[in-house]
Amino acid sequence: MTKKAEKSFTPTGFVYKSTTLPEATKKDHKKLGLTNDDVIALFREMFLQRRFEERAAQMYQKGKFGGFLHLYIGQEAISSATNFVLQDDDDIITAYRDHGFGLVRGISAKAGMAELFGKATGCSNGKGGSMHFFNADRHFWGGHGIVGAHIPVGAGLAFANKYLDNGRISISFFGDGAVDQGALHEAFNLAQLWKLPAIFVVENNGYSMGTAVERHTAAEIYKRALAYDMKYEIVNGMDLFSMIEKLQEVAKDVRDNSIPYFLEIRTYRYKGHSMSDPGNYRTKEELDEFKAIDPIERLKTYMLDKKVLKQDEIDSIMDEVNKEVLDAIDFAEESDFPAEEELYKHIFSGDELVIHDHK
Amino acid sequence: MPQLQFGEAIREAMQEEMRRDERVFLMGEEVAEYDGAYKVSQGMLEEFGPRRIIDTPISELGFSGIGVGAAMNGLVPIVEFMTFNFSLVGVDQILNNAAKIRYMSGGQVNMPIIFRGPNAAAGQLGATHSVAFESFFSYFPGLKVIYASEPFDAKGLLKSAIRDGNPIIFMESEQMYGLKGEVPEEEYLIPIGKGKIKREGDDVTLVAHGKMLHVAKQAAEQLAKDGIECEIIDPRTIKPFDIELVIESIKKTNRCVLVDESHPFGGVASEVGFLIQRDAFDYLDAPVQRVTLPDVPAPFARNLYDLWFPDAKQIVEAVKTVTYTN
Repeated sequence: MTKKAEKSFTPTGFVYKSTTLPEATKKDHKKLGLTNDDVIALFREMFLQRRFEERAAQMYQKGKFGGFLHLYIGQEAISSATNFVLQDDDDIITAYRDHGFGLVRGISAKAGMAELFGKATGCSNGKGGSMHFFNADRHFWGGHGIVGAHIPVGAGLAFANKYLDNGRISISFFGDGAVDQGALHEAFNLAQLWKLPAIFVVENNGYSMGTAVERHTAAEIYKRALAYDMKYEIVNGMDLFSMIEKLQEVAKDVRDNSIPYFLEIRTYRYKGHSMSDPGNYRTKEELDEFKAIDPIERLKTYMLDKKVLKQDEIDSIMDEVNKEVLDAIDFAEESDFPAEEELYKHIFSGDELVIHDHK
Repeated sequence: MPQLQFGEAIREAMQEEMRRDERVFLMGEEVAEYDGAYKVSQGMLEEFGPRRIIDTPISELGFSGIGVGAAMNGLVPIVEFMTFNFSLVGVDQILNNAAKIRYMSGGQVNMPIIFRGPNAAAGQLGATHSVAFESFFSYFPGLKVIYASEPFDAKGLLKSAIRDGNPIIFMESEQMYGLKGEVPEEEYLIPIGKGKIKREGDDVTLVAHGKMLHVAKQAAEQLAKDGIECEIIDPRTIKPFDIELVIESIKKTNRCVLVDESHPFGGVASEVGFLIQRDAFDYLDAPVQRVTLPDVPAPFARNLYDLWFPDAKQIVEAVKTVTYTN
């Protein structure tokens, strides 16, 4: 007798475990080539991302600004490791959960907060908002709101690097929801066909908005690489040193050999998809399990254990970051909104205003 | 002055710009080894090599997106669609990324990219291969849309487009590639957004772009035999649209027929017709008429296709309506 076919489509009513982390690296920072100062700087930067977003959420809830707000809290080791490992002129592009990458790529807390507030002093002059942070001078290419649509663009950044033979690589981040888009497959095919120096990174945080990985995608995500003969790795995104170790290897391979590479980074976001997320698709136990391995808290413990910093020194860094973020809020509040004529600027390059039926 | 075919004029524009600027490259389906699906890029692989003349898979979303990323990162891509009908599977890259990223970044990002290829109907190709997309792309802020009708215009405008530094939709036609016209040997550029009077006349203004220019010319010849002299304006660029040139002509003729290969709802004629009634109301001696496709997909059968496609007879009828000579 043949097995009775499953009649339903996406099953409901059962909460899935979102993701399984690979083991963290055993190497300490010195083995990875990091100085104590590197570790301290990375801690500060990760904590800045965390504090920036905690305060941004408060401001959002107070009604200080509108739009969407997608928080990166829990995933900060990924952005910091990336910026640490890559060259300053390597190209980074990401999706709408973009504040962390902006902050590590030279957007100040002030310019970031002002962008959330929609102010002229924001990193995109108040025209992009939360989902569209940009810092083109530092090779941070956004901030993109259509799921998966920036993956071919990231491949295009790498195409230009290969064409210009400038030794740079690109790295494109997207969430697990994006792996179901055709854009990923077309980008993977072209990147492998043309041997583009591009790292594609899925930040698998277990949920495509509220839909668990097992409910939204048909196979293990890293296997997307197999169809294109692309190299791949699975990385523990909750651990800074694991991220650094793997990215060092991969970035070198991609740069030296001009090849694409796919990384499935397993991670977790502690907050909802956006500010309106009820979170009832996951359990408190799962959230607690991941909070227990918070990359920032563990880095603090590590620094104490390895005597990189004393507790009072950690506290003073945190105080300094707290103040930096509070100053950023003041700056954002006090900044002006864009002037009305800004509505019509930046559509095209060039001095001429080319706007249909605009007097 | 030498005669060039429309397709040759486009090739010359690309060749000259690629010789001038190392950052310019061409990619698309069959542009290299096959020498171009319509032979527009014939010989370019030989001259520029596979680094700059790049065959793509049939993957419009993928290679349009790669073009966008390459433009952001310092290159000037010319992305060829075998026809704009196929751009639809990659159109998100054009509408959301090419057209908007500069604005969303507060002007930090440059987007010098050309999307070009044949547009609109080319005979009995059925409903999915016959759509005129100029009004569709013109809807979106952040794109400039060019649809040339003659070799001279095509070359000068494409060269300007490649130098413009912005996202440009550049439209051609399979049926016009063999069309001959005079093209000077010396270099020239044609400004984007400037129309041209292609025939002078005092009785009625015809506005026609792309393939429709040639249909309008036929109609004008017939009407001349009846003593009606048409002034034909070819806008050449759909967006920005040179409405001033049209209005000036209407001030002289007081009558206007818009010829547009779009469907009627929201086509180029809709917008231009609106502007004319607002800006030239007092000069009009008759309501503006338009000749467009019907609100029907392209049929295959020859007789239905001929019924569907705008022809000189319909233009003559429309002119007779606005001149009250029916």
